[in-house]
Amino acid sequence: MEPLLIKVIIVIALFVVTLLVALYATFAERKVSAVMQDRVGPNRAGPFGLLQPLADGVKMIMKEELIPALSNKWLFIIGPCIALLTSLMTGAVVPWGGPIKIGDQVITLQVADLNIGILYIFGVVSMGVYGIMIGGWASNNKFSLIGAIRASSQMISYEIAMGLAIIALVMTTGTLSLNEIVLQQDEGWANIVIQPLGFLIFIICAFAETNRAPFDLPECETELVGGYHTEYSSMKLGFYLFAEYINMFISSAVIVCFYFGGYNFPFQHELAELLGLSSNALSIIQTVFMFGKVFFFIFFFMWVRWTIPRFRYDQLMTLGWKVLLPLALANIFVTGLVMWGMGKI
Amino acid sequence: MLTNKSKQVVKREMTLMEKAYLPAIFSGMFITFKHIFMKKATVRYPEQTRPFAPVYRGQHVLKIDEAGAERCTACGLCAVACPAEAITMVAAERQKGEEHLYREEKYASIYEINMLRCIFCGLCEEACPKEAIFLTDRIVPSSFERDEFVYGKDKLVETIANPVDVTKRQTPEVLEFKKDKKQKHNLTFLDKVTKTFSRH
Repeated sequence: MEPLLIKVIIVIALFVVTLLVALYATFAERKVSAVMQDRVGPNRAGPFGLLQPLADGVKMIMKEELIPALSNKWLFIIGPCIALLTSLMTGAVVPWGGPIKIGDQVITLQVADLNIGILYIFGVVSMGVYGIMIGGWASNNKFSLIGAIRASSQMISYEIAMGLAIIALVMTTGTLSLNEIVLQQDEGWANIVIQPLGFLIFIICAFAETNRAPFDLPECETELVGGYHTEYSSMKLGFYLFAEYINMFISSAVIVCFYFGGYNFPFQHELAELLGLSSNALSIIQTVFMFGKVFFFIFFFMWVRWTIPRFRYDQLMTLGWKVLLPLALANIFVTGLVMWGMGKI
Repeated sequence: MLTNKSKQVVKREMTLMEKAYLPAIFSGMFITFKHIFMKKATVRYPEQTRPFAPVYRGQHVLKIDEAGAERCTACGLCAVACPAEAITMVAAERQKGEEHLYREEKYASIYEINMLRCIFCGLCEEACPKEAIFLTDRIVPSSFERDEFVYGKDKLVETIANPVDVTKRQTPEVLEFKKDKKQKHNLTFLDKVTKTFSRH
């Protein structure tokens, strides 16, 4: 097969898988929130309520579409498109499993092994702010505008701490390629052991970046109706909500790649040797493990959401600038000291 | 101070452990995780129903006697007792050959309860001297039309084929009360009337 065709297949597969995971993440969110509150959750559509996402989707599409008369129509439409597009784009550099060999073809389960993968993720994630900002501004609604301003300032603030947390990781790994980072964790320890503080800062910032509780101020219902998507209805609202779940999925995948060994699992080579697995079979098991880890983190996101109450806005900013930023800087400093002490630089 | 539950609020600096938030967050997450395995409070309604209290007051039934004749004699005491004025009836005289349908010479040719007015207080049941009307543990079904809530005899009278069980509402205490119900009831009703008149 042509390499280009293989890439196209991988791209489409990733697209479909991302959408499916996001679709069922909405379902999982409702189920998780239900069981944590001693409820049952959706269980009517299909067996165990498994068709609930479809019912939700049909409902979303069937709803009347309203565009406010005094809004900027084009920007109003572009907003959710950017939000969904950027969230879908980030998945491109995540390695989903080991290489698969068919004949003498080697297929990497990754859309693009960029040597600047981390930078790419940060660039695309930063663009995600535009989706929210444009949507909130174009709505011509004060609640939307406040929500959008909150979202953008929150995302910009937390990107700094996030970036600095990653810099410490880049110092220890010496690469910006996600695939390289994952492969290094196969040989040595998972990065969580080396960078526990960096992980903590990164995951807190990931919560803030995805606008999830306890940092869901941009859309806090009690203050801002719906935040930046107050004026949105029908599938455009669906796009925003969907983008949030895709972001959650991708950030889980990125967390797994950065700190939890990506698709690797402990004693994988010993296991493969013991059972006499071919490298292809091992790659498939690795992919399963990758998704297992990602699903755990999606669950973790939901778990946190249904546990912790929302921060106040000044608390959010205090945490971002006065706590996480100094911590991230200290983390870089200590990492540098330790590396210097070990003679690595 | 009345309940002895008031607690003096102390405003103090948080300790470092509390300022770090994370221990509190982890303990909170432990609590929510525990709840995953707890018993669910949900009652899956159409399949499961809550157990009703034995004295639950739901949709009314007009009882028939052992021979299948209607017990109601259209005396109108239920309608008078009804605080919501939900009951109306039209009385008629029993004709020859209808003895198997109506137990006494007078019967209700029309007997209607407006379920939207009814407050299910059970006073009609208490007022009835003929053991004819009872409230049951059946729920009045919802409907889109208002006039469908006016239940006539077609919906209220039980049939021999589908008898409605009211034994739950006939506990020993109730039966004891009903032994001299006629006098007691009339007394209370008369008391009410005399009270009303003496007030003016």
